[in-house]
Parts: sequence; C-alpha cells; structure tokens
Amino acid sequence: MDIKREDLLQLYYYLKLTRRLEDRVTSLYHQGKILGGAWTSNGTEAVSVGYGYALEKNDIAAPYFRDMGAFLVRGISAKRIMAQYLGKKTGVTGGKEGNVHIGDLNFGVFAFPSHLADNYPVGTGAALAFKMRGEKRVVAACTGDGGTSRGDFHEGMNFAAVRKLPIVFICNNNQYAYTTPLRLQMAIKDVAERALAYGIPSKIVDGNNIVEVYTAAKEAYEIARNGGGPTFIECKTMRMHGHSEHDSAKYVPKELLEEWKKKDPISNMEKYLLENTIDGKDELEGIDSRVKKEIEEAEAFAEESPYPTPEDGLKGVYATPGEEM
Amino acid sequence: MKEVTYLEAIKEAMDEEMSRDPSVFVLGEDVGVYGGAFRATEGFYEKYGEWRVLDTPLSESGFTGAAIGAALVGMRPIVEMQFADFISCAFDQLVNVAAKNHYRWGAATPIVVRAPYGGNIHGGAYHSQCIEGFFFNVPGLKIVAPSTAYDAKGLLKAAIRDNDPVIYCEHKYLYRRIKDSIPEEDYIVPIGKARIALEGKDISIITYGAMVHTALEAAQALNEYGVSCEIVDLRTILPLDKKSIFTTVKKTNKVLVLHEQTKTGGVGAEVSALISEYCFDHLDGPIIRVAAPDTPVPYSAQMEEAFIPQPKNVISAVEKLMRY
Repeated sequence: MDIKREDLLQLYYYLKLTRRLEDRVTSLYHQGKILGGAWTSNGTEAVSVGYGYALEKNDIAAPYFRDMGAFLVRGISAKRIMAQYLGKKTGVTGGKEGNVHIGDLNFGVFAFPSHLADNYPVGTGAALAFKMRGEKRVVAACTGDGGTSRGDFHEGMNFAAVRKLPIVFICNNNQYAYTTPLRLQMAIKDVAERALAYGIPSKIVDGNNIVEVYTAAKEAYEIARNGGGPTFIECKTMRMHGHSEHDSAKYVPKELLEEWKKKDPISNMEKYLLENTIDGKDELEGIDSRVKKEIEEAEAFAEESPYPTPEDGLKGVYATPGEEM
Repeated sequence: MKEVTYLEAIKEAMDEEMSRDPSVFVLGEDVGVYGGAFRATEGFYEKYGEWRVLDTPLSESGFTGAAIGAALVGMRPIVEMQFADFISCAFDQLVNVAAKNHYRWGAATPIVVRAPYGGNIHGGAYHSQCIEGFFFNVPGLKIVAPSTAYDAKGLLKAAIRDNDPVIYCEHKYLYRRIKDSIPEEDYIVPIGKARIALEGKDISIITYGAMVHTALEAAQALNEYGVSCEIVDLRTILPLDKKSIFTTVKKTNKVLVLHEQTKTGGVGAEVSALISEYCFDHLDGPIIRVAAPDTPVPYSAQMEEAFIPQPKNVISAVEKLMRY
C-alpha cells in the first residue's frame, strides 16, 4: 500500500506527540501532580497511533487503556487530556474520570471501562447499528493480551463474526498483563489463534512498525466497510515500563527489554522516513519542536484550569433525571 | 378501550414503539423466528425482519454490550433476557458500562433490558429469581416493575423512550393471568411515579410487581374485619418515588413493606430506612417487612408456596401492626 508523504509525517507527529505527552505525564506523576496512577503506552505507541489514524472521520474507535495515540489522532486535544490527568474541570470528562479513561462521541471515541475487553461487545454493537442502517462506517476495538482471556473478548468477537459486522478487533500484545507473562495467560503462541475459533481471519503484525500497523488496519477497515466482516489484528510489541508508574517491572527480564529497546517504534519510523520519504533530519526536528510546544501549552492550560466543585460530582448520573433525583 | 393481558401489553408496547421509531429494535436469545421463550415477540420477525429482531448467540454479556454500543451511536435497543436470572451474566456490562457512561463521559445509553422475573411457576433457583435487588444499589440504572397490564404497556413505552438504561422487571406469573382495559391510543406511564392501587386510612402496604395482587387480596379480607389498607404500587423501584411513600406514611402512620424478593438488603430495607429517616415522627409502630426468606427459590410446590409471601402472611403482619 502506498502511503502519502503527508500521512507518513502525520503518523510520525502523532507518535512523537503520544510519547512526549506520556513522558510528561510520567514526570508529573513523580512530582505528585497526577491523582491515582499513570498508565502509559511507552514503547507500544505505534499500535494506537496506527490503527487510530487509519480510521475515517465518521468511524468509531473503542480503545483500551494503552491507546493514548488513538485519542490524539481522533482529535481529542492534548490540552483536554492533560487537564484530565490533573483532574480539572476542562479535562475530557470534567474531572469525573481520570487519566486514560477518555471518551468523547464528538470525536467518535468510546470511553473504556477498566474491565478489559468490555469494549469488544460494545464496539460490536456500534458496528451492528452501522450495518442495520446501511452506513459505511467501521469500528476499531482494541485490548491487551491479558484482556483476550476474558469472556467479553470471546462473546464480542463471536457475535461480530456471526453477523459479519464492520468491526476490526485489535490486540496490543505487549507480553505482560500487569505482572503475568503471556505463557501464563494462554497455552498458545499467538493471540491470533483465538480469533480463528470464531471464523475471523487474523493478521499478525510487528507492533513496533507503524507502517505495518497502519497498513494492516487500513486494509482490514476496507474489508469491513465493504461487507467482508471482522478481522483480528495482533500487534506484537513490548511494554517498556511497568504496568503503571508505581510498578518497577522487576519481573520482566532485562535482556527482553534490551532486545525491544532496539526496536523502538519512534526510532524505527525515523529510520524509515529518512530512507524513504525525507531528505534530512530538519523536517523531523521541526515536527518535534512543534510537539514540544504543544505539550508545554497543554500543561500550562491544564495547570491554569479550574478544579470541579464537590457539587459537580453530584451531577450527570442520569441523562434524563426525574424530579426526585 | 380494549382488554389485554399483561403479556399482550408488553408486546403491544414494543410493536408500537418499533413501528413509530426505526431506531428501536429487539435482541436476545430466541426472540426472532421462535418469537421468544414467552412469545413476547411473536410475529415480530416476520414484520420487522432479521435485522430488527435479532436472535443472538447464547451470550448475555455479549449481546448486552452490543446493545450498549448500538445505543451509543443512536439506536434504542430492547434486550430480552430469556429469564431474568441470566442477567447476572451481563452484570458487568450493565453496572460498569451502561450505568456509568453518562456520569463518566456524558454519553447517554438508552437501552431497555426486559427481565422476566419472579416465582410461583415452579422454575427453581435459576428460573424464578427477583433480580431488582442486585441492581438497586447502582446509580445510573433505572428499574421499573409493573403490576398491571396498563402499567406494563405504559412503563415499557416510557422505558424505550427514556435516555437512560432501564431494567424492566416483568413478572412471569402475571403474563397471562391478569387483564386490563387499556386505551386504544398511545400513552405512557412516567418512570419515577408510584400509584395508589387502593385507597385506605389505617395502614399502608408499600409493594410492587405481583405482590400488588397479593396485597389487594389481603386488603379485601382485612376490610371485612374493619381494617382499611392503603396499597402503594411503587411501579418504579429505582429511583424510588419518595414523595408518594412519605405521603402515605403521613396519612396512615403504619407501614408494611411487601416484596417477593428476599428480605435482607432488599428494596424493603431501603424503603424502611427512608421512612424512619424522614418520617419517624409520623410512625405509630415499627415498619414491618413481609418478604421471601433468605434462601434460593425452592422448586417443590410446598416449599415454593412457603417462600413466596401469601395473603395470609400479609394479614397476620397487618394484625400484628394494628395492635400497636
């Protein structure tokens, strides 16, 4: 698949934006400014940027918690996301939710519950609606390797397969579910085998190669959009931090991290761009300084934003509140 | 006016809403070709087609989650749990996704989950449960439980049009046993409003679902002994109609709460707590709960009859309370 130069540069921009935003979040966490935990997609950014960027404007993304790139490429601003981390009223959820629990229907993004793979059936339902209404829209739903052991993963995929719905299931296989390695999660080598049980064609891609992720997603979306039903894409990658910032990930062998460090998705993309797309590093540096500025502005916006009031916490339980509520 | 059964009322509500609004559809196990285990969707498949009356895989969490996703993009799904008991498999989707979507990120989730519940049909532990208590403690959900054919239709229409997730508890025992005259024209029964099923002055019986009929039977017998019972049919369990509850307490000063659900931590516990918190000075005696004992629903007729509150249990509880 030929990818346009401007798309390649946008992919690079979003990779950098995701990395810099989450690196900044990590620093803020260690400064005690982030409430609760801080989960990042460090080292696996190519997955969410890639599948997110391949979607069309009217499609739906149902990401999971290591999919910061998907939120950004769908158009949810770094400002609102930073404010979300700081629990501010200007955050995506107005302080009702924290960190990566982000969703906004204006940008076609479903918020995810912490119960992994719940978004597989939910995404399937949106795809069902598109098929019922004859709309040429698709859904991308993503979960981690651990999430593929839950019933909802299987129930969602089975329903989508039976009804041949326009949804693409993505797995960010980053080798560890919190501390549990893949070998204790499943007795098979590739997560993709799980999809075959439902008659869903699957594809295994290098999750650290954004061109591969983007291309596989784009092709799968086109199949789904044209009535060909779901595809499962396993993106093999490696979580380069602990489960969240409080976790030192001592249980991960050092050699494994060293090996994957060499395959960093951003360095990968820089190399690709220099070999195929651009003439010199200047253009990349230009993108990077744009990203830096955007993150600085986002942080300043978040810091200056007001906190919600205790009373705000009592609002919004119901879309149609009755008299008594 | 026309005469319909409770089940026909449910069927009519769905049929009329599906005709009126193309975003309304039904999904669940065996709801399509077969027309549902209780025939609530009989003929729908022929009328609306396989994409609006969807037979699903046997997978409650999967199809409830799918209903939520469809609702997020503008549909109004009606999920049929074949038996309310199976709703436990969809607990996570209802409690963690549907109920919290609006609060967490402002996304409305207009789904209705029809839950055929309750005993007296010799269904045993997995085909007889009252499930409202499982969800009563979940902000973001609404729970309704009609006792008449009139309310069955009006509340289901209101639930379908509502923008929040509504668990619609339809009592299986009432399906073909009760009839009502209902208007030919469109009407709804608003969510959140109780009704007075019987006016009285001596004691209030607060109840819902099939137990409304048990209360009416008891009240008739008690009337012969000169005790005038007021029966409040809650209709909506979550959120409770506090105003109606407090009004009847202030009128009669004596309260009995009646439900088929087991006693501990049930709806009756909350109603009693509300009354003692806000109407203590109006009480002339303790609030008494008549409810099922804290056991699973037994199968054998002798045990099941003892499990489900009967008019005689209500009568003796009222007699006890009248002595205060």
